[in-house]
Amino acid sequence: MPDSSAVAVGQSHGETHNPALLHHFATEQQQRDSASLGMWIFLGTEVMFFGGLFCAYLIYRLKYFGEFAAASQTLSWQLGMTNTIVLICSSLTVVLAIWAVQRGKRALLLSSLILTLIFGFAFLGIKSIEYAEKFEKHHVPGPSFQFANVPLPGHPGEMANPAHAQLYFSLYFIMTGLHALHMIIGIGIFAWLLYASWHGRFTTEYNTPLEIGGLYWHFVDIIWIYLFPLLYLIDLRK
Amino acid sequence: MSDHSSSEHSSSLGTYIAVWLALIAGTILTVVAAHINLGPFNAAVALTIATVKALLVALFFMHLRGASEKLLKLVVISTIFFLFILLALSMADYGTRVWS
Repeated sequence: MPDSSAVAVGQSHGETHNPALLHHFATEQQQRDSASLGMWIFLGTEVMFFGGLFCAYLIYRLKYFGEFAAASQTLSWQLGMTNTIVLICSSLTVVLAIWAVQRGKRALLLSSLILTLIFGFAFLGIKSIEYAEKFEKHHVPGPSFQFANVPLPGHPGEMANPAHAQLYFSLYFIMTGLHALHMIIGIGIFAWLLYASWHGRFTTEYNTPLEIGGLYWHFVDIIWIYLFPLLYLIDLRK
Repeated sequence: MSDHSSSEHSSSLGTYIAVWLALIAGTILTVVAAHINLGPFNAAVALTIATVKALLVALFFMHLRGASEKLLKLVVISTIFFLFILLALSMADYGTRVWS
Protein backbone atom coordinates (compact mmCIF):
# COMPACT_ATOMS: atom_id res chain seq x y z
CA MET A 1 0.00 0.00 0.00
CA PRO A 2 2.65 2.64 0.86
CA ASP A 3 4.35 1.96 -2.47
CA SER A 4 1.23 2.50 -4.55
CA SER A 5 0.35 5.77 -2.77
CA ALA A 6 3.88 7.08 -3.35
CA VAL A 7 3.51 6.32 -7.05
CA ALA A 8 0.16 8.11 -7.09
CA VAL A 9 1.71 11.24 -5.54
CA GLY A 10 4.49 11.14 -8.10
CA GLN A 11 2.03 10.84 -10.94
CA SER A 12 -0.08 13.73 -9.67
CA HIS A 13 3.02 15.96 -9.99
CA GLY A 14 3.44 14.69 -13.51
CA GLU A 15 7.04 13.65 -12.80
CA THR A 16 8.99 11.17 -10.71
CA HIS A 17 9.36 12.42 -7.17
CA ASN A 18 12.87 12.85 -5.77
CA PRO A 19 12.83 11.71 -2.11
CA ALA A 20 15.49 14.33 -1.24
CA LEU A 21 13.24 17.18 -2.42
CA LEU A 22 11.14 18.49 0.48
CA HIS A 23 7.50 19.26 -0.26
CA HIS A 24 7.64 23.01 0.35
CA PHE A 25 10.24 23.53 -2.40
CA ALA A 26 9.33 23.67 -6.09
CA THR A 27 12.65 22.45 -7.44
CA GLU A 28 15.95 21.01 -6.18
CA GLN A 29 17.67 24.22 -7.26
CA GLN A 30 15.32 26.29 -5.09
CA GLN A 31 15.97 23.96 -2.14
CA ARG A 32 19.75 24.32 -2.56
CA ASP A 33 19.52 28.13 -2.95
CA SER A 34 17.38 28.44 0.20
CA ALA A 35 19.85 26.41 2.25
CA SER A 36 22.87 28.38 1.11
CA LEU A 37 21.02 31.70 1.57
CA GLY A 38 20.30 30.76 5.19
CA MET A 39 23.95 29.86 5.73
CA TRP A 40 25.15 33.15 4.20
CA ILE A 41 22.83 35.09 6.53
CA PHE A 42 24.36 33.21 9.48
CA LEU A 43 27.85 34.01 8.17
CA GLY A 44 26.76 37.67 7.96
CA THR A 45 26.03 37.61 11.70
CA GLU A 46 29.42 35.94 12.25
CA VAL A 47 31.14 38.74 10.32
CA MET A 48 29.54 41.30 12.65
CA PHE A 49 30.48 39.14 15.68
CA PHE A 50 34.17 39.06 14.71
CA GLY A 51 33.87 42.62 13.35
CA GLY A 52 33.48 44.01 16.88
CA LEU A 53 36.76 42.35 17.89
CA PHE A 54 38.54 43.59 14.76
CA CYS A 55 37.24 47.08 15.58
CA ALA A 56 38.59 46.89 19.16
CA TYR A 57 41.89 45.62 17.76
CA LEU A 58 42.06 48.52 15.27
CA ILE A 59 41.40 51.16 17.94
CA TYR A 60 44.04 49.87 20.37
CA ARG A 61 46.57 49.13 17.64
CA LEU A 62 46.41 52.74 16.45
CA LYS A 63 46.60 53.98 20.05
CA TYR A 64 49.43 51.70 21.29
CA PHE A 65 51.22 50.79 18.04
CA GLY A 66 54.67 50.43 19.65
CA GLU A 67 53.52 47.96 22.31
CA PHE A 68 51.43 46.04 19.76
CA ALA A 69 54.54 45.68 17.56
CA ALA A 70 56.73 44.62 20.50
CA ALA A 71 54.15 42.07 21.71
CA SER A 72 53.48 40.79 18.18
CA GLN A 73 57.17 40.12 17.67
CA THR A 74 57.16 37.61 20.55
CA LEU A 75 54.97 35.39 18.34
CA SER A 76 56.52 33.02 15.80
CA TRP A 77 55.48 34.13 12.31
CA GLN A 78 56.85 30.79 11.05
CA LEU A 79 54.19 28.91 13.05
CA GLY A 80 51.53 31.42 11.98
CA MET A 81 52.47 31.01 8.31
CA THR A 82 52.45 27.21 8.63
CA ASN A 83 48.97 27.36 10.13
CA THR A 84 47.77 29.68 7.33
CA ILE A 85 49.00 27.19 4.73
CA VAL A 86 47.45 24.27 6.66
CA LEU A 87 44.06 26.06 6.60
CA ILE A 88 44.36 26.92 2.89
CA CYS A 89 45.08 23.24 2.14
CA SER A 90 42.05 22.21 4.23
CA SER A 91 39.88 24.60 2.20
CA LEU A 92 41.12 22.91 -0.99
CA THR A 93 40.21 19.45 0.36
CA VAL A 94 36.73 20.78 1.25
CA VAL A 95 36.06 21.93 -2.33
CA LEU A 96 37.52 18.64 -3.58
CA ALA A 97 35.02 16.75 -1.38
CA ILE A 98 32.10 18.72 -2.89
CA TRP A 99 33.51 18.29 -6.40
CA ALA A 100 33.78 14.54 -5.75
CA VAL A 101 30.26 14.08 -4.37
CA GLN A 102 28.74 15.96 -7.32
CA ARG A 103 30.40 13.41 -9.63
CA GLY A 104 29.75 10.36 -7.48
CA LYS A 105 33.43 9.70 -6.70
CA ARG A 106 33.11 8.04 -3.28
CA ALA A 107 36.80 7.30 -2.67
CA LEU A 108 37.84 10.91 -3.38
CA LEU A 109 34.96 12.24 -1.25
CA LEU A 110 35.93 10.15 1.79
CA SER A 111 39.69 10.79 1.47
CA SER A 112 39.11 14.56 1.05
CA LEU A 113 36.98 14.66 4.20
CA ILE A 114 39.58 12.67 6.17
CA LEU A 115 42.33 15.03 4.94
CA THR A 116 40.20 18.03 5.98
CA LEU A 117 39.92 16.61 9.51
CA ILE A 118 43.68 15.92 9.64
CA PHE A 119 44.44 19.52 8.56
CA GLY A 120 41.94 20.80 11.15
CA PHE A 121 43.64 18.85 13.94
CA ALA A 122 47.08 19.94 12.67
CA PHE A 123 45.98 23.58 12.93
CA LEU A 124 44.76 23.10 16.51
CA GLY A 125 47.94 21.18 17.41
CA ILE A 126 50.20 24.00 16.21
CA LYS A 127 47.94 26.53 17.98
CA SER A 128 48.23 24.60 21.26
CA ILE A 129 52.06 24.64 20.96
CA GLU A 130 51.85 28.43 20.61
CA TYR A 131 49.47 28.76 23.57
CA ALA A 132 51.76 26.59 25.75
CA GLU A 133 54.67 28.90 24.93
CA LYS A 134 52.58 31.91 25.97
CA PHE A 135 51.95 30.33 29.38
CA GLU A 136 55.67 29.55 29.82
CA LYS A 137 56.67 33.13 29.00
CA HIS A 138 53.93 34.59 31.27
CA HIS A 139 52.35 36.35 28.29
CA VAL A 140 48.82 35.30 29.29
CA PRO A 141 46.84 38.33 30.57
CA GLY A 142 46.17 38.18 34.30
CA PRO A 143 47.99 38.51 37.63
CA SER A 144 51.05 36.56 36.41
CA PHE A 145 51.46 38.63 33.24
CA GLN A 146 55.06 39.77 32.68
CA PHE A 147 56.32 42.03 29.92
CA ALA A 148 59.08 44.01 31.66
CA ASN A 149 62.13 45.53 29.92
CA VAL A 150 61.02 44.77 26.35
CA PRO A 151 62.36 47.47 24.01
CA LEU A 152 59.94 49.33 21.74
CA PRO A 153 60.70 48.59 18.06
CA GLY A 154 61.93 51.73 16.29
CA HIS A 155 62.38 53.67 19.56
CA PRO A 156 65.89 52.89 20.95
CA GLY A 157 66.13 53.22 24.73
CA GLU A 158 62.35 53.17 25.32
CA MET A 159 60.62 50.23 27.01
CA ALA A 160 57.15 48.88 26.22
CA ASN A 161 54.40 49.57 28.74
CA PRO A 162 53.33 46.12 30.08
CA ALA A 163 49.71 47.28 30.56
CA HIS A 164 49.42 48.18 26.88
CA ALA A 165 51.14 44.96 25.79
CA GLN A 166 48.62 43.08 27.94
CA LEU A 167 45.84 44.61 25.81
CA TYR A 168 47.47 43.09 22.73
CA PHE A 169 47.64 39.65 24.35
CA SER A 170 44.02 39.93 25.54
CA LEU A 171 42.93 40.58 21.96
CA TYR A 172 45.28 37.85 20.71
CA PHE A 173 43.74 35.22 23.03
CA ILE A 174 40.13 36.29 22.46
CA MET A 175 40.44 36.44 18.66
CA THR A 176 42.52 33.28 18.15
CA GLY A 177 40.58 31.48 20.91
CA LEU A 178 37.23 32.29 19.30
CA HIS A 179 38.67 31.24 15.95
CA ALA A 180 39.93 27.98 17.49
CA LEU A 181 36.45 27.39 18.95
CA HIS A 182 35.05 27.77 15.43
CA MET A 183 37.67 25.27 14.22
CA ILE A 184 36.60 22.77 16.90
CA ILE A 185 32.94 23.16 15.87
CA GLY A 186 34.02 22.82 12.21
CA ILE A 187 35.86 19.58 12.99
CA GLY A 188 32.69 18.29 14.69
CA ILE A 189 30.63 19.20 11.60
CA PHE A 190 33.10 17.51 9.26
CA ALA A 191 33.33 14.40 11.46
CA TRP A 192 29.55 14.10 11.06
CA LEU A 193 29.80 14.76 7.30
CA LEU A 194 32.41 11.99 7.05
CA TYR A 195 30.16 9.62 9.02
CA ALA A 196 27.16 10.43 6.81
CA SER A 197 29.22 10.18 3.61
CA TRP A 198 30.58 6.82 4.76
CA HIS A 199 26.98 5.58 5.02
CA GLY A 200 26.19 6.93 1.54
CA ARG A 201 23.78 9.66 2.66
CA PHE A 202 24.93 12.09 -0.03
CA THR A 203 24.39 11.61 -3.75
CA THR A 204 25.08 13.57 -6.92
CA GLU A 205 21.57 15.12 -6.51
CA TYR A 206 21.55 15.69 -2.74
CA ASN A 207 24.73 17.02 -1.11
CA THR A 208 23.51 20.26 0.51
CA PRO A 209 25.00 19.49 3.98
CA LEU A 210 28.46 19.19 2.40
CA GLU A 211 28.06 22.55 0.64
CA ILE A 212 26.73 24.26 3.80
CA GLY A 213 29.47 22.74 5.98
CA GLY A 214 31.99 23.84 3.34
CA LEU A 215 30.72 27.45 3.48
CA TYR A 216 31.30 27.44 7.26
CA TRP A 217 34.82 25.97 6.91
CA HIS A 218 35.81 28.53 4.24
CA PHE A 219 34.47 31.37 6.40
CA VAL A 220 36.66 30.25 9.31
CA ASP A 221 39.57 30.17 6.85
CA ILE A 222 38.82 33.78 5.78
CA ILE A 223 38.86 34.94 9.43
CA TRP A 224 42.33 33.41 9.84
CA ILE A 225 43.51 35.02 6.57
CA TYR A 226 42.91 38.38 8.32
CA LEU A 227 44.11 37.32 11.78
CA PHE A 228 47.51 36.13 10.52
CA PRO A 229 48.89 39.45 9.18
CA LEU A 230 47.13 41.50 11.88
CA LEU A 231 48.46 39.51 14.86
CA TYR A 232 51.76 38.02 13.65
CA LEU A 233 53.20 40.54 11.21
CA ILE A 234 53.17 43.95 12.95
CA ASP A 235 56.21 46.09 12.10
CA LEU A 236 58.60 43.20 11.37
CA ARG A 237 60.99 45.34 9.28
CA LYS A 238 64.41 45.67 10.83
CA MET B 1 16.63 26.35 -14.82
CA SER B 2 19.10 24.39 -16.89
CA ASP B 3 21.43 27.42 -16.80
CA HIS B 4 21.44 27.30 -13.02
CA SER B 5 22.39 23.67 -12.69
CA SER B 6 25.16 23.99 -15.29
CA SER B 7 26.72 27.01 -13.52
CA GLU B 8 26.53 25.08 -10.24
CA HIS B 9 29.04 22.58 -11.59
CA SER B 10 31.09 24.98 -13.69
CA SER B 11 34.14 25.16 -11.39
CA SER B 12 36.74 22.72 -12.65
CA LEU B 13 39.48 20.99 -10.71
CA GLY B 14 42.02 23.16 -12.54
CA THR B 15 40.37 26.34 -11.21
CA TYR B 16 40.47 25.00 -7.63
CA ILE B 17 44.17 24.08 -7.89
CA ALA B 18 44.97 27.51 -9.41
CA VAL B 19 43.11 29.32 -6.60
CA TRP B 20 44.87 27.14 -4.00
CA LEU B 21 48.30 28.00 -5.50
CA ALA B 22 47.36 31.71 -5.57
CA LEU B 23 46.39 31.55 -1.88
CA ILE B 24 49.72 29.90 -0.95
CA ALA B 25 51.59 32.52 -3.02
CA GLY B 26 49.60 35.29 -1.31
CA THR B 27 50.56 33.92 2.12
CA ILE B 28 54.28 33.89 1.23
CA LEU B 29 53.96 37.36 -0.32
CA THR B 30 52.38 38.70 2.91
CA VAL B 31 55.32 37.41 4.97
CA VAL B 32 57.90 38.79 2.51
CA ALA B 33 56.16 42.19 2.36
CA ALA B 34 56.07 42.35 6.18
CA HIS B 35 59.89 42.13 6.26
CA ILE B 36 60.37 45.02 3.82
CA ASN B 37 60.27 48.57 5.17
CA LEU B 38 57.35 50.26 3.38
CA GLY B 39 56.86 52.88 6.07
CA PRO B 40 53.16 53.43 6.80
CA PHE B 41 52.15 51.24 3.85
CA ASN B 42 53.08 47.91 5.48
CA ALA B 43 49.62 47.54 7.05
CA ALA B 44 47.86 48.63 3.84
CA VAL B 45 49.79 46.07 1.76
CA ALA B 46 49.07 43.28 4.29
CA LEU B 47 45.35 44.09 4.36
CA THR B 48 45.14 44.36 0.56
CA ILE B 49 46.72 40.91 0.13
CA ALA B 50 44.41 39.48 2.83
CA THR B 51 41.36 40.96 1.09
CA VAL B 52 42.41 39.53 -2.29
CA LYS B 53 42.84 36.11 -0.63
CA ALA B 54 39.45 36.39 1.10
CA LEU B 55 37.83 37.33 -2.24
CA LEU B 56 39.44 34.32 -3.94
CA VAL B 57 38.07 32.01 -1.23
CA ALA B 58 34.58 33.59 -1.37
CA LEU B 59 34.30 33.73 -5.18
CA PHE B 60 35.74 30.33 -6.09
CA PHE B 61 35.67 28.07 -3.01
CA MET B 62 32.36 29.39 -1.66
CA HIS B 63 30.96 29.55 -5.23
CA LEU B 64 29.83 33.19 -5.02
CA ARG B 65 30.97 33.66 -8.62
CA GLY B 66 28.39 31.23 -10.01
CA ALA B 67 25.63 32.23 -7.58
CA SER B 68 22.36 32.79 -9.39
CA GLU B 69 20.35 33.99 -6.37
CA LYS B 70 20.13 37.80 -6.25
CA LEU B 71 19.00 37.68 -2.61
CA LEU B 72 22.27 35.96 -1.71
CA LYS B 73 24.29 38.75 -3.34
CA LEU B 74 22.24 41.28 -1.37
CA VAL B 75 23.09 39.47 1.90
CA VAL B 76 26.82 39.42 1.09
CA ILE B 77 26.96 43.06 0.01
CA SER B 78 24.95 44.27 3.02
CA THR B 79 27.23 42.27 5.35
CA ILE B 80 30.29 44.08 3.99
CA PHE B 81 28.39 47.38 4.12
CA PHE B 82 27.43 46.99 7.79
CA LEU B 83 30.95 45.87 8.72
CA PHE B 84 32.19 49.06 7.03
CA ILE B 85 29.68 51.13 9.05
CA LEU B 86 30.83 49.45 12.28
CA LEU B 87 34.51 50.20 11.59
CA ALA B 88 34.09 53.64 9.98
CA LEU B 89 31.74 55.15 12.58
CA SER B 90 33.76 53.71 15.49
CA MET B 91 36.96 55.14 14.02
CA ALA B 92 35.26 58.50 13.41
CA ASP B 93 34.56 58.56 17.15
CA TYR B 94 37.90 57.29 18.50
CA GLY B 95 39.93 59.10 15.82
CA THR B 96 38.60 62.50 16.87
CA ARG B 97 38.52 61.85 20.63
CA VAL B 98 41.10 63.28 23.03
CA TRP B 99 42.29 60.37 25.23
CA SER B 100 43.63 60.96 28.70
